[in-house]
Order: sequence, then structure tokens, then C-alpha cells
Amino acid sequence: MRTALLGAAALVALLAAAPSARPATVVHIRDDAFVPPSVTVRAGDQVTFINDDDDAHTATADDASWDSEGLNQGQKWTHAFAKAGKIAYHCTVHPMMHGTVVVRSGS
Amino acid sequence: MRRRDFVHHVAWTGAGIVYMLGAEGVVRATADAAPGTFSFVQISDSHIGYSGPANDDVRATLQKAVTGINAMPNQPAFVIHTGDVTHLSKAVEFDDARAILSTLRAPLITLPGEHDVIGVEGPKRFAASFGRKDAAGRGWSSWDQGGIHFVALINVGEGETMGMLGEEQLAWLQHDLAARKPETPLVVFGHVPLFAVYPEWGWTTSDGTKAIAMLRRFAAVTVLNGHIHQVVEQTDGAIRFATARSTAFPQAAPGAPGAKPGPLKVAPDSLLGVLGYRTVQVEGAGSWRERTLAQS
Repeated sequence: MRTALLGAAALVALLAAAPSARPATVVHIRDDAFVPPSVTVRAGDQVTFINDDDDAHTATADDASWDSEGLNQGQKWTHAFAKAGKIAYHCTVHPMMHGTVVVRSGS
Repeated sequence: MRRRDFVHHVAWTGAGIVYMLGAEGVVRATADAAPGTFSFVQISDSHIGYSGPANDDVRATLQKAVTGINAMPNQPAFVIHTGDVTHLSKAVEFDDARAILSTLRAPLITLPGEHDVIGVEGPKRFAASFGRKDAAGRGWSSWDQGGIHFVALINVGEGETMGMLGEEQLAWLQHDLAARKPETPLVVFGHVPLFAVYPEWGWTTSDGTKAIAMLRRFAAVTVLNGHIHQVVEQTDGAIRFATARSTAFPQAAPGAPGAKPGPLKVAPDSLLGVLGYRTVQVEGAGSWRERTLAQS
């Protein structure tokens, strides 16, 4: 019985951490801006940042919890947001560039 | 003429800005420094790793600059790279940059730009490739050479602000300058302009005014920065500011209508005419002169 409970708990944890089946929300980087500047997703959803600009950029959480590192023109980076909350982010190469990801709990 | 007066005189009238990769593609390095004089070279913004419409071979243009500096009959006391050696702080970019810059005949000093400290690994890679053992804090340093007090500041990688020195570095600078006499010529280096070139594009150091206030008691100060890929000069009292050209690609003039910061494409046969580096000559009496090295 105990083993079964542990197995179920592990499965729940795995499902919670796994990306959702929904398509990733896309944030474009162009003209030194995140477009759109704010997106809202559900916990487990993914957000893909695509650098459409002719300059290098990053998408970096203000609290340093995640970081795309350098993206050249045409490169993209995807991150899954597991926990609910509002996360501000910026480009470390161009600190005047700011964006926000709002993560709502549940499905 | 007293030395101090001469320093002033040259600082105000000395005119020339720099420049260097020959338009015909060959570096025209003239004998910039006379034998027995002290000189140094500033090189900046090489962006190794960038490849795009503004320059499809940034390694080649950096190599041209290095070849030109090495061809100077009277070698500079040092070459200082004022940052953005790489484009994305990647290991291969640092390796490529180091392979080219290590062929300089003169000693190399390198400061980081914001492109060199991207992510968690960027600062570590920069330190491994170009870090100075005698540096303090996050890499700032000073030294005396040729009768001048040199200061190399780090104004990237501090929090979320691009051009920022931070309180720790400002305290160090205050302590460093406290022991210098007002007549000591100062040369201050950093990546992002210490003065407000165009804050709307991030072309300023947010706490730069605090550093500038510390420099005001000195009779002759030269502040040399990179970051904006073009030469912009400004004089404020006894402080002369100048930014430098890139070896990789130009950027738009500050606030140009419809423009934004970033790589600027020019006609291919014009590219070498807008890239370059700076030589600074210090004559025996301790005066300054900047000299154009190559004009077609």
C-alpha cells in the first residue's frame, strides 16, 4: 500500500513538472522590445522567446531564476513555467528592455 | 611652459581623432609614436561571434586591426581593449578572440563589455580568458605608467543596469584617487561611456556623475570608452571624454531619426572606413596627442 501511494505521489509530481500539451506561447524580440511585453500562461505552459532582431538579446528573469543567455538573430529559447506567479524579466544586453510573464495556477 | 600648462594646451587643441583601417583594406599604420615617447592604443567592440549584414567576418576585421598595431614601428606600451570582445559570451567566441589578440606584440589589457558577461558563464569565461590577477573587486584596476595614472573601470554586469559602477567600485575609486596629486595626468578607461551620450539608448553610466565628480580636482583627465561604435567627444572642464570606433560594425549616430542602437549596415566598400582604433601618444613632457593613423 505504501509503495502504491509513493508511486502515485511520484506520478503526480512528474505530471506537475512536465510541460503541458498546449502549444508554447510565443514572445518575439524585435526593435529592442519584447512583443507582446506581457503574456499570461497556465502553470506548466511553455513560453518561447524568438529573436527576430538584428542584434543579440537575452530573456533573463529579474530574480535570476531563468535565463535564455545570448540569442543571436533567428535563435529561440523555450522555458516551462511550473509555478504560479508574476515574473518580470529583461534583456541583460539591453537593460531598458522589460517584459512580464504571468503564470496562473491550475488548468 | 610648465608641464601642467602644456598638458592643458594639448588637451584642448589636440584635435585629431583617431582612425585606422584603411579604406582599401590594408591597415595603414604610420609611425605614430616617435622613438623614446610613450604611447598606447585603444581597441574596442570586436563582437567576435557576430555574423550578419553589418559584417560577415568580424574575426578578419579584428585581425586587420591587430596587424596594423603590430606594424607600428614604435610599439605602444600597451593595448587596451575596452570591451565587447565577444558577441554572446560563448566559449568559442572567447577562444577565437584570444587567439587573435594574443598575437599582439604589445601587452594587452582587456575590460568587459555587457556582451562579455551574458549569463552565469559569461563573467567566468571573461575572467578565464582576459582577467587581470592584480585587479580588485569585479576587475577594476589602476596603475602608473609614463607619468600618468591609469584607471580601468568596470561599468557592466552590475545588477540590471548596463552602465553602472556600483558603490563598491566608487569607494575603491575614491580611495585610489585620494593619494594622487591634482597635477597628475589621469586616463580613465571603461566600456560604457561615463558621460551621458544618449541615455535613451543606454549610452550612459547611471552613476557616472559620481565618478566624474572625483575627477574634477585633477588638471588633465582623459576618459576613453567604447560601446557606441563611433567617435563622440565631449569636454567638461578639464575632463576630455571620447568614445572609440569598433573593429566589428558601426552604430547609428545618437538619436538619429528612425534609428535604434545595434549593428548598422553600410556599403561593403565603406565598412573599413568606419571601423578603427585609437592611438594616444604621450610626449616626453607628459603631454597628450591623438593622431590619425590612416587616411586614404
